[in-house]
Amino acid sequence: MTLITRADTADGTPALHNLLNGPLDQRWAPRLEALLGAGTAAGADLVEVFLERTDHLGVLAEQDTITSVTPAFGMGAGIRVFRNQRDGFVCTNDLSEAGLQRALEQALGMLGLELGGLNRNPFAGLPALRDFAASKGDWLQRSPELLEATQALLGGTNQLLNHGQHLQVRRGSYARDWQEVLVAASDGTFGRDIRLHQSVGLNVLAADGDHRAGVGRRYGSADRPDDLREWRVEDSAQEVCDSAAAMLYADYVEAGQMPAVLANRFGGVIFHEACGHLLETTQVERGTTPFAERVGEPIAHSAVTAIDEGLTSGAFGSLSMDDEGMEAQRTVLIENGVLKRFISDRAGELRTGHARTGSGRRQSHSFAAASRMRNTYIAAGPHTPEALIASVDRGLYCKSMGGGSVGPTGQFNFAVEEGYLIENGTLTKPVKGATLIGEAKEVMPRISMCANDLELAAGFCGSVSGSIFVTVGQPHIKVDSITVGGR
Amino acid sequence: MASLNADQLGQTLSRLAASNGIRQWDLGAACSSDTSVQVDRGEPKQLKGAQRSSITVRVWNGDGLVGTTSTSDLSDSGLERALTGAQAASAFGNPDDTPAFSPLATAPVAQLDQPLHAPQGILHLLHTLKDAEQELLGRHSAIGTVPYNGLAERSSERLYLNSDGARRQQRLTTASVYLYARAEETGRKPRSAGAMRLAYGASDLDIAGCIDEAAERTISHLDYAPIQTGHYTCVFSPEAFLDLIGAFSSLFNARAVLDGVSLSNRDSLGQALAVPFLDLHDNGLHPGNIGASAFDGEGTPTRRLALLEGGVLRHFLHSEATARAFGVDPTGHAGLGAKVSVGPDWFEIGPTPGSGGGQAGLNRFQADQPLVWIDSLSALHAGVKASQGSFSLPFDGWLVEGGHCRSIEAATVAGDIRQVLQSIVGFEGEAKITPDGLCPMVWVDGLSITGEA
Repeated sequence: MTLITRADTADGTPALHNLLNGPLDQRWAPRLEALLGAGTAAGADLVEVFLERTDHLGVLAEQDTITSVTPAFGMGAGIRVFRNQRDGFVCTNDLSEAGLQRALEQALGMLGLELGGLNRNPFAGLPALRDFAASKGDWLQRSPELLEATQALLGGTNQLLNHGQHLQVRRGSYARDWQEVLVAASDGTFGRDIRLHQSVGLNVLAADGDHRAGVGRRYGSADRPDDLREWRVEDSAQEVCDSAAAMLYADYVEAGQMPAVLANRFGGVIFHEACGHLLETTQVERGTTPFAERVGEPIAHSAVTAIDEGLTSGAFGSLSMDDEGMEAQRTVLIENGVLKRFISDRAGELRTGHARTGSGRRQSHSFAAASRMRNTYIAAGPHTPEALIASVDRGLYCKSMGGGSVGPTGQFNFAVEEGYLIENGTLTKPVKGATLIGEAKEVMPRISMCANDLELAAGFCGSVSGSIFVTVGQPHIKVDSITVGGR
Repeated sequence: MASLNADQLGQTLSRLAASNGIRQWDLGAACSSDTSVQVDRGEPKQLKGAQRSSITVRVWNGDGLVGTTSTSDLSDSGLERALTGAQAASAFGNPDDTPAFSPLATAPVAQLDQPLHAPQGILHLLHTLKDAEQELLGRHSAIGTVPYNGLAERSSERLYLNSDGARRQQRLTTASVYLYARAEETGRKPRSAGAMRLAYGASDLDIAGCIDEAAERTISHLDYAPIQTGHYTCVFSPEAFLDLIGAFSSLFNARAVLDGVSLSNRDSLGQALAVPFLDLHDNGLHPGNIGASAFDGEGTPTRRLALLEGGVLRHFLHSEATARAFGVDPTGHAGLGAKVSVGPDWFEIGPTPGSGGGQAGLNRFQADQPLVWIDSLSALHAGVKASQGSFSLPFDGWLVEGGHCRSIEAATVAGDIRQVLQSIVGFEGEAKITPDGLCPMVWVDGLSITGEA
C-alpha cells in the first residue's frame, strides 16, 4: 500500500488525508481525545468511538469458469454515548473532523445532551495505544491475490468433477475479509487490531431425474494469511460429493419424536441456537431467556459442559480484542450441567450486572456492539461416537446440519442437511427433509451422552449487531428425544 | 435529507475513467440517513442514527470484460481506487456471460407517488414508541414485555449513471414500526407474536393498527395445545404464502435458470406450474409497495410482469444479460455487478380473472374437517431447499376445528413447492396488502404437519 503524505497541521495534528490513507493508529489520538472530551464534558457517562477500515474480496467459480469477482473497501465510524443505563449510537462514513463531530452531536442529542453543555465528567486523555495489530501489518499483502484465489477455486470445482456423479452445478466460493479497527473510549480504552477472515466453500447440486440433492460445505479461519494455500481441496471435494451421493436418492424422513445423535463439528449449531443465544446478556436485557435467574443451577444434563472463547488459534470466532477493546477470554458457560456465566458486553454489564467477557462484537461500524458468541462448543465427553449410535433403537443420525434460528420464546429450529436413520443401534438408510425443533430448557437436559471427538466448524451468526464470524463445535452428542419435522 | 450530487459524481467518474483509459463504465450509488429507536418497558433501550453512502462501479476493459468494485468512500481518491479496482477485476470477467448496458436504461420510468416527509426527530419517535409499547402492554395481563420493537425513519437516494449518458435518480423517505410482544401465563410456556407497518413518513404510520394486530395475535396464541402429526389442509395467511413463494422465487428467475439451480428451465415457459386458477404477477409499481423503486440496478424501468397466468408460467424475471440470453427485454429486476443478480420486487397473487378462483365460498370457520391456519413461517433461510423444491418450516398458527381455533404449540409444515402450487384449493377473503405483496388467504390441501402431541 502506498502512503500519500501531505503536510500535517501546524499543531502537529495529522491532516485528514494522511489519516485516512494510513493505518488506524496513535496518530488518531488527538482527534479521538477531542471527541471523547467533548462528549464527557457534555454530560455523557462514557463515550466510545469505533473506527474501521475494511478490504473485502469475494470470488465465485461455477463449473470451470470464474463468474464473479467482488472487491470492496470502506471506512467508517460508530460513536456510542452512554448516560445512566441508556445509550445512543450513530454511525457514519464521514471521518472528517466535522463529520465525526456531527455524529457525536447526534448521539448526545439522543440522550438529551448538547455539546458545550455542562462541562462535567472531565476526560483525562487516552493512554498509550494497546496495539494488537503490531505483528499483523502484512496480513493483507500475505493473503492470496486475486489470481491465486481464482486458481484455487477452479481447482476446487475441478475436484468436484473428479469425485462426483450427476453433478448439475459445481460451485466454489472464496471470501477474504480484512478489517482494521481502532477503539477508543473515555474510560481509557484505546486499542487497535487487525482481523483477517478467509473462508472457502464448495457446493454442488446433484440431479438425476426427479431426484435432487444440494450439498455445501464451508471452511473458514481467522488470522491465517496462508490458509487458502493450505486448503485440502481434494478432501473437501470428496466430502461434498460423498454427501451429495448419499442424499440424492434419500427418502424423506418420517416425522415424529425420536432420539437423535448429532455429529461433531457443525452439529454444534444446536447448542449455538438452542442455548448459546439465550446466554447472551442481550437476551437477559430483553427478558427473553429462561435462564436469566439460574446462574449456579442445573440447566442441562450433567454430561454437558459448554464453553465460549475467543482464544483458539486460527478459529473463525477468535479475536485478540473484542469490538469494545477488551481482550478475548475463555468463558465457561455451563459446567457439568450447571449454568456458570453469561456472555456479556459493555451494555450488558451496565444493564444486567454480568461482568464483561470480551464478547462485545459487531459486524461493522454500522452496528453498536452487543454480547455475541465467539468459538462456542460443548466439551468432549468420555464416549466413543459408536457408543452413542449403538445406544439408540430407532432414531435419527444428523451427520451434517444446515442453518437454524431461535425465536423470542426460546424455541429453536435447524435443518438437517445429511441424515441417516438409526435402527437397532446401527446407521441404515439416508433420509432428507428433517428439521429439528424444540426449546432449549427442554432439550438441554436431554443431551445425555457426549463423545470424545470434539471438533470445531466455522460459521456466520446473524443477530442484533449484524453478521459476525463464529465457530460452533461439539463432539458427537446424543439427545434422548427431540421433535423431528418431516413428511 | 440524504443526498447525492449526481452531476459532480458523473463528472468525477468521467474524468477519472478517462485518465485511467476506461471508456465504458456505469455506477450505482446510494446514500441514506436513518434514525431508529427501541424501548424496553417504558425506557429508551437503544437510539440509533446512521449516515451511509456506497457506490458500486462497473468497468468494461479493452476485451469487453467486466469488473466491479464497491466502496463506501465517495471521495475522489475512493472513486479512483474503485475504478482501478474494477479495472483489475475485469481481467477475470466471464467472457461467456458479459453484461452490457441495459437497452432500457434511458427509457421512461413510471412516476411514483411517493411523498417525501421531513423527519420527525428521534425524541418524537421515542415518545411515540414508548406510548405504543405502553398501550400494547396494557392490552392483556399476560403480555409482560415487547422484547422486539422499533420505530425508524429513513431518507435515502439512489442513483444510476453510465458512460453513455443514462441517469436515474430517486429520492425516498420511509418509516417503519414493529412490535413483537411476549406473553406468558402461570404454568404455561411463553408465547409471542407481532406486527409491523410501513409508510412514507412516521406521521403516516398506522401505529394503532400495529398495536391492535400485535395484541390480537399474541393473545390468540396464549391458549395453545400440541397438534397431532399428520396431513392437513392448510390455510396460509397472505404473509405466510408470500413468504413461501418468495423463498422459491428461483422458479421465476432467469439467472437461476441459466445457472441450473432453478426448478424451471428454458422449456418451462408455457407449462402449467400451478392450478389453472392461480395468477402471480411481480409488480414493484403497486401503490401498496412502500419504497418502490422506479428502476433496477441497471437502470431498467420497473414494471408489472405476469409470472403465472392461469397457473401457466408466462415470463421469467430478467437482468440485461439474462434477457439477452433469452432474446427478450430486461424486466427491471436486476442488481448491479459483474455477474448481475436477479430478484423479485413485490408479488400480486390471486385468482385468475374469469376462472372462478377454485373452490368458492371458502371459510375456515365453517370447514367440515380440522384444518391448520398458518399465520407465519419461520427460519426460511434454513428450512427451504429452493433448488430441490422442498421445505420444512416451523410456523405459528392455529388448529381450526368446528368453527373454533386454538393455537398450535410448536409444529413444522413440510412439503414441495410444486405440490403446493398444484394443491391449491382456493382463496379466502379479499387480497391483503403486506410489505412483500398482495395476497388473499390461500387454501392448500394435504401438507405434512409435525407436532408434539
